Amino acid sequence: MTQQDCLTLGGRAFTSRFILGSGKFSLDLIEAAVEKAGAQIITLALRRIDPNGQANILDYIPKSVTLLPNTSGARTAAESVRIARLAREMGCGDFVKIEVIRDTKYLLPDNPETIKATEILANEGFVVLPYMYPDLNAARDLAQAGAAAIMPLGAPIGSNKGLSTKEFIKILIDEIDLPIIVDAGIGRPSQACEAMEMGAAGIMANTAIATAGDIPAMATAFRQAIEAGRTAYLAGPGPIQETGAAASSPLTGFLRD
Amino acid sequence: MTPKTNHMTYLPDMEVIASTMLEEVLQARSAYHPEACTAAQVRQALQKTRLDPKDFSALLSPAAVPFLEEMAHESQMVTRKQFGNTIQIFTPLYLANHCENHCVYCGFNSHNPIQRARLDHGEIEAEMRAIAAMGLREILLLTGESHAMSDIGYIGNACRIARRYFKVVGLEVYPMNVEGYARLHECGADYVTVFQETYSPGRYETLHLAGHKRVFPYRFYAQERAILGGMRGVGFAALLGLDDFRKDVFATGLHAYLLQRKYPHAEVAFSCPRLRPIINNDKIDPKDVHEAQLLQCIMAYRIFLPFANITISTREGERFRNNVIKLGASKISAGVSVGIGGHQGKAKGDEQFEIADTRSVQEIYDTILSQNLQPVMSDYVYV
Repeated sequence: MTQQDCLTLGGRAFTSRFILGSGKFSLDLIEAAVEKAGAQIITLALRRIDPNGQANILDYIPKSVTLLPNTSGARTAAESVRIARLAREMGCGDFVKIEVIRDTKYLLPDNPETIKATEILANEGFVVLPYMYPDLNAARDLAQAGAAAIMPLGAPIGSNKGLSTKEFIKILIDEIDLPIIVDAGIGRPSQACEAMEMGAAGIMANTAIATAGDIPAMATAFRQAIEAGRTAYLAGPGPIQETGAAASSPLTGFLRD
Repeated sequence: MTPKTNHMTYLPDMEVIASTMLEEVLQARSAYHPEACTAAQVRQALQKTRLDPKDFSALLSPAAVPFLEEMAHESQMVTRKQFGNTIQIFTPLYLANHCENHCVYCGFNSHNPIQRARLDHGEIEAEMRAIAAMGLREILLLTGESHAMSDIGYIGNACRIARRYFKVVGLEVYPMNVEGYARLHECGADYVTVFQETYSPGRYETLHLAGHKRVFPYRFYAQERAILGGMRGVGFAALLGLDDFRKDVFATGLHAYLLQRKYPHAEVAFSCPRLRPIINNDKIDPKDVHEAQLLQCIMAYRIFLPFANITISTREGERFRNNVIKLGASKISAGVSVGIGGHQGKAKGDEQFEIADTRSVQEIYDTILSQNLQPVMSDYVYV
């Protein structure tokens, strides 16, 4: 019997490789999006949780889904650590997506602060998924600090520009022995498929689905694209001829003369 | 009558910070001639994904008026990309209307014979309890500008009470030194809004006749001092209609743009007030800012700085507010009482201006939902 292809994070196995964001949705559409996406992990911002409020985002997320609270709003490692601890106290579990951002224009992550926060939280038993700018040295430090996966950005968050950082994400996939989950910037199912085809372990998307004309349909399209990309990766894509057919007179033919 | 002081000279108790932002903004404002912009510049601005101040100036110009529909499409797209479907809801709470300034257009002006009042500790608590019961999680605390009647200790106490009832505490009070902002940040406030009113120092001088507010540069640098004091975000506004609104909106946008470049972690926000009927306003002659012009300004802010929060106040009517949250505004006030202590019955002090949209929190909430948008009571954590 073939073994099921799972994404393993913090000792837990997930058959879905699609992590859904929640921050930009109309709350009553989250459930349908989760269902159509087949998502088993959903991120949510701790700052949006309002236990006694009129519209608490937690009430709209299906209970079967693993919560991945993020630390958005944190500008330093210390702030993200405080937010992560608050999330755990509020019953959001041990998973945490570290976001440390001190740039309100592009919302680019601060790698050095993210590494610090990762180390502290991993030592406290969190399953840490750091959002980062795809830099190999930083990714190695994150792995060393105890990250459960690495979440490099594909393009500026919310930009829907796809895999602008493709070459650097490829390097992370090749060199880091942790799941590489592409986060931010993925705007089209085709881009998600491409990332999976080159070996990404998963995709995280929010804006692309939340701002689609038909949210459940787009969630479905992403699920299919991610599955297709994964299957292609496992199948081992054939080489692509960049410059036409192979030469008929081999350059190394002289060796046989 | 005491002689008028120089409006460009700091008073002895006013902190001076090292910055050249004022000169930069004033110089750019003077060099901006809205009539000189062309349709080609507007088209070019609308095709860019990242706009510079020159593009912003084109979108604010008369040449952009025929492009309002194109601007609306762009502004809507940019807003949804940045904020998704969310619209934040908050309410202001007026703590006091004592004021030591003499601003000729303002209802709180120290020469106006209005009913003055300030809420005491128990009244603040009662008001906040009543507001929190409406489901709100964000509050904006306002006072008139009286250092004697609303000192930093008084405002700080109100912030501490607010932290018990709300997740987000913003301030719209008189400008203060860095240390004052740091103290209020400690007490739980994280956002500071200061209206510059007009960025024309000459016009400013004729409207602000006395009091701390008369000092133009001290007010200008309030946002920067607030950030230095540890605040997370700052709000900007010109009161449209006091001077050439296009030049003033340009200066306001540039002010926020430069501040965020200098302090990249700072959140910036815009309010978009225009002159509404107020008590004793017959001394000034506001340039007309109709809804079309106001919308143009809001959309130009949005396209220029997609990440800025834009608040639409209850000075505007229901129809305009319902539409502008679809096109660029990201934040809306609800359940507003601009009198002193009006949330649990009769106000004990008079209001600053008349509001045009008197809908309750629930009504605003339901309206947002009916437009397929998601009302959000809090998108913030104090850390």
